[in-house]
Amino acid sequence: MLKIKEYVKAESLEQAYELNQKKSNCILGGMLWLKMSDRTVQKAIDLSGLGLDTIEETEDSFSIGCMVTLRQLELHPRLNEWTNGAIRDCVKDIVGVQFRNLATIGGSIFGRFGFSDVLTCFLALDTYVELYQSGVIPLEQFVGIKRDRDILVRIIVKKTPVKCVYMTHRNAKTDFPVLACAAALSGQTDNCRGYVVAGARPGRAIRIEIGTEEVMRLRKGAYTKEDLRSLAAGLAKDIPMDSNMRASAEYRSHLAEVLLFRCLSTLQERGGEV
Amino acid sequence: MKVKIVLNGKTREDEINSDQLLIDYVRSHGCYSVKRGCETSNCGLCTVFLDGKPILSCSLLTARADGHRVETLEGLQKEAEEFGAFVADQGAEQCGFCNPGMIMNAIALFRENPDPSEEEIKEYLAGNLCRCSGYEGQLRAIKQFLEYRRRGGESCE
Amino acid sequence: MRVVSQPVRKKDAMALVTGKPVFMDDLAPKDCLIVKVLRSPHANANILSVKTDVALKVPGIEVIYTWEDVPQERFTMAGQTYPEPSPQDRLILDRHVRYVGDPVAIVAGENEACVDRALRLIKVEYEVLPAILDFHQAMDNPILVHPEDNWVVLCPVGADNQRNLCASDESHNGDVDAVLKDCDVVVEGTYHTKANQQAMMETFRTACYMDAYGRLNIFSSTQIVFHVRRILAKALGIPKSKIRVMKPRIGGGFGAKQTVVAEVFPAFVTWKTGKPSKMIFTREESQVASSPRHEMEVTVKVGAMKDGRIRAMDVYTLSNTGAYGEHGPTTVGLSGHKSIPLYGSLEAHRFAYDVVYTNVMSAGAYRGYGATQGIFAVESAVNELADRLGMDPVELREKNMVREGQVMPAYYGEQTNSCALDRCLERAASMIGWKDKHPCRDMGNGKVRSVGIAMAMQGSGIAAVDVGSATIKLNEDGSYTLLIAAADMGTGCDTILAQMAAECMECSVEDIAVLGADTDSSPYDSGSYASSTTYVTGKAVERACAQLKERILEVAGEMLETSAEKLVFAGDRVETLDQSASVSLAEVGFKSMVGNNHALQVTESNSSPLSPPPFMAGAVEIELDKETGHVEILDYAAVVDCGTVVNPNLARVQTEGGLAQGIGMTLYEDIQYDDKGRLRNNSFMQYKVPTRLDTGRMRVEFESSYEESGPFGAKSIGEIVINTPAPALAHAIFNATGLWFKELPITSEKIAMGILERSKNAEKTPF
Repeated sequence: MLKIKEYVKAESLEQAYELNQKKSNCILGGMLWLKMSDRTVQKAIDLSGLGLDTIEETEDSFSIGCMVTLRQLELHPRLNEWTNGAIRDCVKDIVGVQFRNLATIGGSIFGRFGFSDVLTCFLALDTYVELYQSGVIPLEQFVGIKRDRDILVRIIVKKTPVKCVYMTHRNAKTDFPVLACAAALSGQTDNCRGYVVAGARPGRAIRIEIGTEEVMRLRKGAYTKEDLRSLAAGLAKDIPMDSNMRASAEYRSHLAEVLLFRCLSTLQERGGEV
Repeated sequence: MKVKIVLNGKTREDEINSDQLLIDYVRSHGCYSVKRGCETSNCGLCTVFLDGKPILSCSLLTARADGHRVETLEGLQKEAEEFGAFVADQGAEQCGFCNPGMIMNAIALFRENPDPSEEEIKEYLAGNLCRCSGYEGQLRAIKQFLEYRRRGGESCE
Repeated sequence: MRVVSQPVRKKDAMALVTGKPVFMDDLAPKDCLIVKVLRSPHANANILSVKTDVALKVPGIEVIYTWEDVPQERFTMAGQTYPEPSPQDRLILDRHVRYVGDPVAIVAGENEACVDRALRLIKVEYEVLPAILDFHQAMDNPILVHPEDNWVVLCPVGADNQRNLCASDESHNGDVDAVLKDCDVVVEGTYHTKANQQAMMETFRTACYMDAYGRLNIFSSTQIVFHVRRILAKALGIPKSKIRVMKPRIGGGFGAKQTVVAEVFPAFVTWKTGKPSKMIFTREESQVASSPRHEMEVTVKVGAMKDGRIRAMDVYTLSNTGAYGEHGPTTVGLSGHKSIPLYGSLEAHRFAYDVVYTNVMSAGAYRGYGATQGIFAVESAVNELADRLGMDPVELREKNMVREGQVMPAYYGEQTNSCALDRCLERAASMIGWKDKHPCRDMGNGKVRSVGIAMAMQGSGIAAVDVGSATIKLNEDGSYTLLIAAADMGTGCDTILAQMAAECMECSVEDIAVLGADTDSSPYDSGSYASSTTYVTGKAVERACAQLKERILEVAGEMLETSAEKLVFAGDRVETLDQSASVSLAEVGFKSMVGNNHALQVTESNSSPLSPPPFMAGAVEIELDKETGHVEILDYAAVVDCGTVVNPNLARVQTEGGLAQGIGMTLYEDIQYDDKGRLRNNSFMQYKVPTRLDTGRMRVEFESSYEESGPFGAKSIGEIVINTPAPALAHAIFNATGLWFKELPITSEKIAMGILERSKNAEKTPF
């Protein structure tokens, strides 16, 4: 059972950061995961008074405070317009509305959980994390960093033009994904890049870049179904899979081929112009 | 620590433990409609409103509700009776243990989306487990309730 | 009928939908000691020592008990009629722990925090023993789950603790081997179902306190108040007269609460300390240390002629009772006795079984009670037979199914006096559009739509064993009070029995107050299990009402100075046959309290020599994604013959709820143990009870027969409704993929990998 000795509502990020340097202290996200842990926390640091619960859109980016809930992401019209609804797709199956009204993007991303839908989806976008100490770094880099005592302040999604698709397979509709996949074409016409992401492998999501030539073909809509299948299969081959109680590695590899094919097909259908 | 919470319209000041969960706070104030069905935030039985939004009271520190409004079914008796009657007329309440959470969340749905489709109803209430009813009776009740409201609150019989 | 067969609102409905405090933990005394148990981390171990000294020093801790503190006579937690068939193989705390989760120590303290702290500070030294985790390895294994000398079994169930056998038996009719040999086609298969959890939303929980008379009061979420009293008296070694058991509203049971899962621990604490206490199981405890369905492996051989005549059936069941024998000897029987008799055409059948002990959580009673497992096997085998014969499975069943008036040799020789199974099947097939949709349609996008079908039966109470009773009394305002010990666990039996009373007494349901269940004030009732309440207790209500009417006429006769034969009961009054004089019921009620010698209160009991089966047919349409293996349920048509439908709303919701649980066990709810015997599906995060997005559309209809021996022609409905989804879905999946899946749950992985493997094999051997 989780024990908390003292609850501190942080008055500044600086204070929160300093408190968080002690191993026995802890930053509170949505608390859905933390609640299930069996540990004693000396000081639980709450960032909810710091105005980090909004999504702000500027000319070139969306800036998402770490305390923004998954439900806010789901309902944000502009963010979903920008991502072809992928943001909504990546959170809508997570347990239920009440859960998503509590779970925060900060908690989801900072935890770098293997099963994370949110991490998988944001990796397909041009995403950066703003850390209190280490500053702004690409999300992909952040995923590889070991958990430390820095504070995740914001998620920044650059408004790089993007076509994006998110798909999962789940054993039951609101369960953790057996496999989560995202695919995106991102950037200007003359500088377009393509990515596929696989999460819930069950390990942490990883991103694989699609070759330039393949990106061009996708954008032109030049792939036949069969060619797309082999592209997907080729990409899936490079994604290491493991087994857990939800599925075997073999099934996940098979699913990766299927879901990536479906993601890429949808991308191609949505057309070339990014 | 001290908290000040508006619980079902009444402002309360309480001395609480830092790790108290909101479900235990509301139950200690006689809001027994709020039930615990799991420890993993999966069942939805403990649904309450925090500033009007449905949340899982098993997963929120009471401390975090400091300065906020909390509502339980005890504070929504009129709405509960009005909609609940439709559930009762299906026999869909069954054991009743999951009802308060489901009815809270249904009320949240009706406020947020007064004219939901069947798919929207199911999606919104997906986090409310029920082991007795198979959900179909609840769905019939919701549809009939919406129909009743569309007709200006008159019975659709 | 005026009240029976009406969709009456449940009497407690509005209290439930408005969240009134009517459950155990809403009503328990506020100063209860919190009781928890320390659980074994090992699947099989002897306790060498338990050190409690440090834990006892935690402020607020009242007491800690270990195996040395408890009575040494073995008992069973299974709640069935005495002499209970389940072996007496439990102690409150045992020095030998037999599964991961078995209690090691009981801790009671002022609050949860101090109890949790104390639990952590107890030091236990174990001698870890090798464990039996695979139930195939159990029989005659040198590792014994119950090596102890004081293991006792009170009924001849074929149990032998020296062989890890909890029960064993064989029964047959005719020469099954000879008939099978003579058949054109014999289909054989082995079907594996797992230890699914009832997963009622309210976990196991009990509060206890001493009353003014020095008696132990048990306030528990239970289906079986009288059995709880008997079991606790034995476990605690105290007289039954010292115990009173009551139940409040129950947050679901489905059989789970037909076992004394939580009661013994707080009962022991309160009896010893004299202080009120309560124990509330966490969801984790409810998942890992409770009373789930028996894991079974059912092997079926069914033999038929080319023309579709099914002639013989041979069923063998291996059942896993886990570490203790609760309901072990009885559940297994239903796997054959309630599956084989679905076919009236059999010339011969055999049914044999073994029930084994293993080092996993003990099983118990779960809706369907073995019939679910057996019907999955038998109905799947019959569907496979239809495929082998190239015959429509509906047609095959029409040729062979049991009909009204037939004697069922596999069902203890009972005759089907009421059976509308033929109509159920016909209607279910037509609702789903069988003729057009069987077997499948390729949707052209990697998806296939297909249909599947199955039949089911169950019983209505346990013949010549179950006792249902009702007390009804007239109040001075002309209203009635109905006292029962059947347990409404959300099923609505309080209302259903009140409907019957209202029908008999020619009044409205509102005029009948229902009270129960309480071992002190309710008349004896076995309790609510085995689909017994409507059929068995309902008849007791009918009888009690008839008696009460006679008594009312007697009192009215005195008032009107005439004899009872010249009077007629007219609901709100009694009047003379010529209608020249009358007294109101309220006047009779009032009179019963002034100078009266006739108690206007009657108790009647009922036990039936029969257990007439309800029947049903279920047909499902699915859409299957051939690449991912995902199964989407599009439509489930269920048609039930439960005799007279006493309350159509409640019967419909029972059916829908049972279907959802059946769908859950078929597609989602998995039971996975690790190599140390730890159950990994220990929460709602890891045990996926279906949500409303997972169950699909369900349509329920009734085709009623009339059961002469039941109240108003009624049979039962509570359990049968869980039995069709597994075989119907497995059938639909076969029709979509050509693959038979014989182990539950049928996950998308199994389907997708099965399809993949077959196509690989097809590549290897193209012709």
